[in-house]
Amino acid sequence: MTAPSALSSGHAGTVRPWRNENVRTVAVQIGVVLAVFGIVAWAIGNVAANFAALDKTFSFRFLWELPAGYDINQRLISYTNQDSHLRAALVGLLNTGLVALVGIFLATVLGFAVGILRLSHNWLVSRIAYVYVEFTRNTPVLLLILLWHGIIINTLPHPRQALSFGGSVFLSNRGFYVPSPVIEPGFWWVVVVFCAGLLGVALLYRHGRRQMAATGIRKPYALYGTGLAIAATVLAFYAAGAPVTLDRPALRGFNYQGGVTLIPEFVALTWALAFYTSGFIAENVRSGIISVDRGQTDAARALGLTANRTMKLVILPQAMRVIVPPLTSSYLDLMKNSSLAIAIGYMDLVATLGGITLTQTGREMETMLLVMAIYLAISLSISWGMNIYNRRQRLVER
Amino acid sequence: MTAHPPPSRSYPPGEHPDLPPPPATTGIPGWLRANLFSSPFNSLMTVLAVWLIYLFVDAAGGWMIFDSVLHADSRVACQAIDSGACWAVVTTRLDQFVYGFYPAAERWRPNLAFALLLAALVPVLFSAVPMRRALLWCAAAYPFVAAWLIHGGFGLPVVETGRYGGFMLTLIIGVTGISASLPLGILLALGRQSKLLALRILSTAFIEFSRGVPLITLLFVASTMLNYFLPPGTSFDLLVRVLIMVSLFAAAYLAEAVRGGLQAIPRGQYEAAEALGLSRWTTTRRIILPQALKIAIPGMVNVFVGLYKDSTLVVIIGLLDPLGIARAVLADAKWNGLATETYLFVALFFFLSCFAISRYSLWLERRLATGHQRASMP
Repeated sequence: MTAPSALSSGHAGTVRPWRNENVRTVAVQIGVVLAVFGIVAWAIGNVAANFAALDKTFSFRFLWELPAGYDINQRLISYTNQDSHLRAALVGLLNTGLVALVGIFLATVLGFAVGILRLSHNWLVSRIAYVYVEFTRNTPVLLLILLWHGIIINTLPHPRQALSFGGSVFLSNRGFYVPSPVIEPGFWWVVVVFCAGLLGVALLYRHGRRQMAATGIRKPYALYGTGLAIAATVLAFYAAGAPVTLDRPALRGFNYQGGVTLIPEFVALTWALAFYTSGFIAENVRSGIISVDRGQTDAARALGLTANRTMKLVILPQAMRVIVPPLTSSYLDLMKNSSLAIAIGYMDLVATLGGITLTQTGREMETMLLVMAIYLAISLSISWGMNIYNRRQRLVER
Repeated sequence: MTAHPPPSRSYPPGEHPDLPPPPATTGIPGWLRANLFSSPFNSLMTVLAVWLIYLFVDAAGGWMIFDSVLHADSRVACQAIDSGACWAVVTTRLDQFVYGFYPAAERWRPNLAFALLLAALVPVLFSAVPMRRALLWCAAAYPFVAAWLIHGGFGLPVVETGRYGGFMLTLIIGVTGISASLPLGILLALGRQSKLLALRILSTAFIEFSRGVPLITLLFVASTMLNYFLPPGTSFDLLVRVLIMVSLFAAAYLAEAVRGGLQAIPRGQYEAAEALGLSRWTTTRRIILPQALKIAIPGMVNVFVGLYKDSTLVVIIGLLDPLGIARAVLADAKWNGLATETYLFVALFFFLSCFAISRYSLWLERRLATGHQRASMP
């Protein structure tokens, strides 16, 4: 068998052209590129022919020229059904972002907690964590969304009999009602004091680090600073006359007024996504922690580090190197899975731009291209940032 | 273990016979002490955990089992019988949950296809099967036989794809997706690692695109606009379009799992193969892929489980998978408001099958481990 390699390319004349590796490489690449571009050109040609046959055009003008004409049940910015499709899409995008951020926060907290409990020396506790992880990971996320939505809608009482927590938080099947803070003049003084406190803590922390580096004496300056800063902020808060009041929800007629209303769709979607993703995060955290060699713990203890400091200074930094890359892809999955909002009627990007706008304007091509481009841009930018982080964190080897 | 030595005797250093371990460290008390009550904090955790389990069993056990109703005609009838879960919503429509609207007279066909699936899986999953090579070829023919059985033609009456549904549809999407995405994913992974620039760029672009967008947008493309990309007047079945999209989507994720395996193969393997005079294709097929796929098994199984779970997304474009049936049932005024029961039933099905797949993958991983992995963890 002749196996031409880079070495034989110098005397290419001695082998036949189809045996010559350089020739073959170029030919294969040209063939593949031609085939792919041929298919793409063929598909685009078909699109043009189909559009011409149906008298359709390709244009994004509908986005700002036509009023959307539909209502959206959760708005982070002002919006009426007379606003443009573009504004509706923006409302949807912000709703996607809200679910993703809150979901990521909840999933991280839950996931780390369960992952650590899974490693507990207590048999019962680690078994419970195991059951939780297996249940969340082996159930479809769409099913979980529908299930939690069903539970909220069907088992929680009507607003009139809403479950009340301390008279200010109410849970009902029409939504969760929580008090919202109302900011009054004088609040900015509290903010200023708080920021000054933060700065002070940072300076004290640096001072402590320097002193430790210079003399080897460790003193919890940052802890003192934090205590002082909290005390100062609380003092400032009352000195300024408690300039934040709570707007509590109250039952008026058939529903609650005041405060913030979390619609059931938002609660169900966020909670289901966090619940589902937390199982994956828990497994990441667990495998990250056990990936750190046991000798590291032994060595740290032999050097006289306490158990807490061993965890904080030796185990966690090494575990994070293993945990973070899959953690990011869990976050990305959560963001992409939030598109399942459409199944329960939460108006996210897919439900607005890719749902109602698509059916109302009949512009499948434009809307779907736009939706995919937005998701792609978010995904790629996050994974790009992740790659940079990974490169900086990578173990430097010989 | 020797018997108790007489207490009074003295022994020279190093000659003392082994004593039995203290009673509190062995048997059930020892286990309880080591695993549940090793410290005050640990004991507190145990008490908390037991309390949590009690709360759960107290609330869910009664509702799910003891106070539940298995057979009734409607929700109202259920509530008249007992206060717990109304499983009648599932039992009265069990046929639909399994087959969708597949004609009752033809249901022996999916049943047979399912039995054949189990038979075809045996040589794929277990290596200690006699005549495995020949059986593997039969297994490779399985998707085509099953397609013929379920769809019909060549002597069998044709059943339109619109009538497929329930768990049968989940299995159709799962099996097709897995068998189509496996070769495609391996090719994409090889393409992404290729020395040929054009192949590399095209594979990478495809993988990154598919992984960057949610599956639901691709399903929308399949249902609303795939026909625009075909010559005017052509149109093909929605289920086939969905199967193509799901397979392409899974192939991109699979390619990333396989790439992880490829990257773990040391350079020396390639160099040794080249030194032996193996061609590049033989090297890939005989040396690299067998090792890389072995490393990639956990990742690949994760992709398969994900694909299987994601098959539920087809409900959003109107196919009647178990969730589609569930929604149709819940829209019936007789069963209104029983979402919890219905979805829990579907969840149980998915949990059992996904859990079985992941257990199998763990078993396979252990069996294929040939001693290169790191020392076992504490």
